[in-house]
Amino acid sequence: MDGDICATATTPPDSDPARKRRVHGMLKLYYGLNEEGKTVDQAESMNPCDINGTHFDPEVYLNKFRRECSLGELMDQESCMVKQIRSLDSDMQTLVYENYNKFISATDTIRKMKNDFKKMEDEMDCLSTNMAAITEFSAHISGTLQDQHAQITKLSGVHNLLRKLQFLFELPARLNKCLELQAYSQAVSSHRRARCVLQQYSHMPSFRGIQDDCHAIMDKLAQELRQKFRDGGSSAKDLSECVELLLQLDEPAEELCDKFLIHAQSRLETNLRGLEAETDILEFIDRGCNEFVSSLCLVIASYQELFVNRPQEGNLASKNIPQMAIGKLHAFVDAMATCYFSLVERRIQEEKSVGDNSLLVRALDRFHRRLQAVAKLLPGSAVPSQGTEIVVRAARERIKQYLAALQSFYLDSLRDVRQALAAPRLATGKDAPASLPELLSSLSASILNQIKSVLASVHLFTAKDITFSNKPYFKGEFCSQGVRESLVVNFIKFVCQSSRQFCESAGDRGGSTPPALLLLLSRLCLDYETSTITYILTLTDEQFLVQHRSPVTAVAALCGEAREAAQKLLKHYVKVQGLIISQMLRKSVETRDWVNTIEPRNVRAVMKRVVEDTTSIDVQVSLLYEEGTRKAHSSDSSKRTFSVYSGSRQQTRYAPSYTPSAAMDTNFLSNIHKLFSERIDIFSPVEFNKVSVVTGIIKISLKTFLECVRLRTFGRYGLQQIQVDCNYLQMYLWRFVSDENLVHFLLDEIVGSTAHRCLDPAPMEQSVIEVICERG
Amino acid sequence: MEDDAPVIYGLEFQARALTSQTAESDAIRFLVGTQSLKFDNQIHIIDFDDENNIISKSVLLHQAGEIWHISASPADKAVLSTCYNKSEASTLPFHVTRHLSRVVTCGAVWRMPPEWESGSHESPDDPHNSHNPQNLELLCHLDNSAHGNTSSVLWEPMGDGTRVISLADNHALLWDLTESSTQATISSSATLEGKGQLKFTSGKWSPHHNCTQLATANDTAIRGWDLRTMSQIYCIENAHGQLVRDLDFNPNKQYYLASCGDDCKVKFWDVRNINEPVKNLEEHSHWVWSVRYNHSHDQLVLTGSSDSRVILSNMVSISSEPFGHLVDDDDLSDGEDNHQYDKSKEPLQDSIISTYEEHEDSVYAVEWSSADPWLFASLSYDGRLVINRVPRALKYHILL
Repeated sequence: MDGDICATATTPPDSDPARKRRVHGMLKLYYGLNEEGKTVDQAESMNPCDINGTHFDPEVYLNKFRRECSLGELMDQESCMVKQIRSLDSDMQTLVYENYNKFISATDTIRKMKNDFKKMEDEMDCLSTNMAAITEFSAHISGTLQDQHAQITKLSGVHNLLRKLQFLFELPARLNKCLELQAYSQAVSSHRRARCVLQQYSHMPSFRGIQDDCHAIMDKLAQELRQKFRDGGSSAKDLSECVELLLQLDEPAEELCDKFLIHAQSRLETNLRGLEAETDILEFIDRGCNEFVSSLCLVIASYQELFVNRPQEGNLASKNIPQMAIGKLHAFVDAMATCYFSLVERRIQEEKSVGDNSLLVRALDRFHRRLQAVAKLLPGSAVPSQGTEIVVRAARERIKQYLAALQSFYLDSLRDVRQALAAPRLATGKDAPASLPELLSSLSASILNQIKSVLASVHLFTAKDITFSNKPYFKGEFCSQGVRESLVVNFIKFVCQSSRQFCESAGDRGGSTPPALLLLLSRLCLDYETSTITYILTLTDEQFLVQHRSPVTAVAALCGEAREAAQKLLKHYVKVQGLIISQMLRKSVETRDWVNTIEPRNVRAVMKRVVEDTTSIDVQVSLLYEEGTRKAHSSDSSKRTFSVYSGSRQQTRYAPSYTPSAAMDTNFLSNIHKLFSERIDIFSPVEFNKVSVVTGIIKISLKTFLECVRLRTFGRYGLQQIQVDCNYLQMYLWRFVSDENLVHFLLDEIVGSTAHRCLDPAPMEQSVIEVICERG
Repeated sequence: MEDDAPVIYGLEFQARALTSQTAESDAIRFLVGTQSLKFDNQIHIIDFDDENNIISKSVLLHQAGEIWHISASPADKAVLSTCYNKSEASTLPFHVTRHLSRVVTCGAVWRMPPEWESGSHESPDDPHNSHNPQNLELLCHLDNSAHGNTSSVLWEPMGDGTRVISLADNHALLWDLTESSTQATISSSATLEGKGQLKFTSGKWSPHHNCTQLATANDTAIRGWDLRTMSQIYCIENAHGQLVRDLDFNPNKQYYLASCGDDCKVKFWDVRNINEPVKNLEEHSHWVWSVRYNHSHDQLVLTGSSDSRVILSNMVSISSEPFGHLVDDDDLSDGEDNHQYDKSKEPLQDSIISTYEEHEDSVYAVEWSSADPWLFASLSYDGRLVINRVPRALKYHILL
């Protein structure tokens, strides 16, 4: 309504109605009519044209309207405003009337009250005269009764005294009765009440008698209490009552503490003895917790109740019992806990089987959890931290055991692989190499599974619901130094190291390791280098959220080690296989009389063996290693054309050396040969591929052949036989090596050296050689 | 730098046999025996002029056959022994029919003709010298056909040149040479008994214990012998994984022995404890054919292998001069300087000093010079003789 007014008001006839509006509005505001009040507030701002605002300026308002509105509008405004003013006037009149009526009725009420008060004043006066009369009477009565009152007071005093005396005289009898009924506490409280009095009047013989009697009885009572205390059969509550009474009897607290503790000790020791018989770790810990630890807690609680926390009164306070008692308690608890811990530790050490870790962890968890109760009862005790240490030690020990278990598992798997390698070879021969990749994959899979399961077992130590998992050791060192370094890294190192040992031990004493195992291990190590190590360590880091605060072994270092081991194994494999073939060749050269041999008709059987063995090695290696790169073969590398090609080449190369013309010639020519053929490194390092491995073996074998040939002297047919053999080797060996020139070179050397060592060097026709070789 | 460069000499023939002239202590002189089946074999006497870095040679004919082993008398410069191959049949080049022939290895003691020295110092490329060589004078054969092929002849170390041992198949024969070495009689012998055809591959006469001990190698085993009773003292079975090729005694430590073999390893043994080698060297990639201790500084060990390499190693830890504490403790009186110097040597480890790759064929023999302890020769099959020196820095390190 106000808003409307504001918008439509025209020239106000006078400012009065507007002010009233404003007053009205304020009243409304005061009485909580907020909605309208708000709009008023908003409109009320600083606008001088706001008819309801405080800053309303009629002159400005008028001018504004005059300027902005047309005459018609002005007329309309005026009539509207006049209408509103009129309605406002009538409103105001109504209000005035209402107020007037109320005022009239209030005046009437006040007048009525004035009359009533006058009547009340009269009644009050009457009352005060009555009260004065009553006071007077009362004074009179008390004056008359005063004598009797004094007498009664005196009598009641005497009566009290007599009652006390009677109590005193009856005390010995009462105490005796209490003693008989074993109502010790009543006896003590009675005695306490009488003690001071008796003390004070002890100069009077009668009282002295009573006192002596009481003392005697109380001594007896104390004796009895002590006996009861010592017997220890009674419950804890009885005991504590006992102690309380004794303390009240001025027994020395220290002695009581000691006795109490000795008593507790005997009970705890029985518990411990009971523990020793327990076999299962979980039951052991359970029993330890339920019997020993809870008894210990009970002892601590009751002890504290008795000696430490009890309100101190009288002369006891001065002796500072709590401090002494606490000290004793700590020593006691420590001693008992040490016994308990040594038992627990011994028991944990017996826990060697690594099958199920959850039992041990649960046991440790319970053990640790129950010790927290001691910590709560006895703050500042070293027991919980010692308990934690035991848990830490157990965890460490556990990691060691797991490492040992992993290692023995690894060795066992190796033994299995070895047996698997040996067994089928005896039976079927050809099945053995076929299963190599399977053996490798099953070996590496089983190792990986074992690692995973061990990690899972160890992971129990850090599970959320285990109380000790939030100890700093288990958060940090356990994960990084324990699991990652001591367990995983050490195991990987062990794998590499044990693999390396195969190379060292087997080399000298007749090659006890089957070559296939060397090959397999080499591949295993290589796999470790390329992927497995990274995988295992990542797995560990993820599972254990390892935070590397302390320096840890880098993945790269481990990989390097694995690669080195793989390299060494492969090198050793090449050496061993090379040696086997070498020995065949060596024996074949050494045992023959080459001077007096017959004309060659066949390739010697040993050469066929060499080719066969090389082929089977090639197959074996190809099962585990990739093919590898080789230098491009000449386009006519097929067997037939190759032999022709190499044959002709051979002829041209050897022809001069077989027909020596002068002392210088042979050497000169062979040196020229060497000058132009590039120097071949016979013992280049082995790479991780099949071709490189087989090449290495062939190189070693042929080099041995060469050295053996140089130690012998040959006749004509001896030379020819070597020619035939070399040609045969050339026909078959080129396909295995990375660079066929290498085989050519070495075979050339062999035939060349044979020719040098020949008494009667007459080489065989190449065509004949080929015929013999093709015949097989 | 320049004077550390190797000096190379080429023989016309293939060769395996090399020795230094043991009795010569002034001139640096090596003897090389050639192997040729078709021509007369020769013994090349190689003199090395250290100051001018020049090699001069003289050639003596050894017509008896190709030389497999050569050794020089420790007493008489002119006396030497060889083991040579002899084929016992007429081997006419154009003989077509099949004939039976036998190749046997014999041992013999020779004397160089007295004139070789006077007319010898000509440059090696002088054609006349090699065309007109003189013959060796045969003193005596060390033959006993019953004993088989002679693989090596050993002179009594530092002896008067009257006692030699020859190893023939499975026999070790001790000879006494009398009548200025023209007579050789077997004074005692030992025989290796066992399964199969046992054969001594090499041996070494120990310079210790009054020269009463001998070490031999057969197959993978090393055996020690007492020459007084001709009985075996010790036997290192499986000393090497494969054939043992050579042995040498430490000249300064009586129980120490080096061996090498086809397993590419060089092993050092203390013969009082034969279960384990004291040290292993695994630097060669093929058979190691020869191992030699330096005569004066036994930490220097030379090895030659058919991987065409010669390796000089510094085996300080097992030498008689382990730098550091021994000298420190004993020679404190030597003064502060010495003391400090020894300290600085202490960290010296066993190490490879140098690998020499001048050869292109298998190296079958290496030998220290008897005159200059810092100089050595190596011989490869293609007839290349290389003379090298111990690196100067090391030499001064050892000497000072």
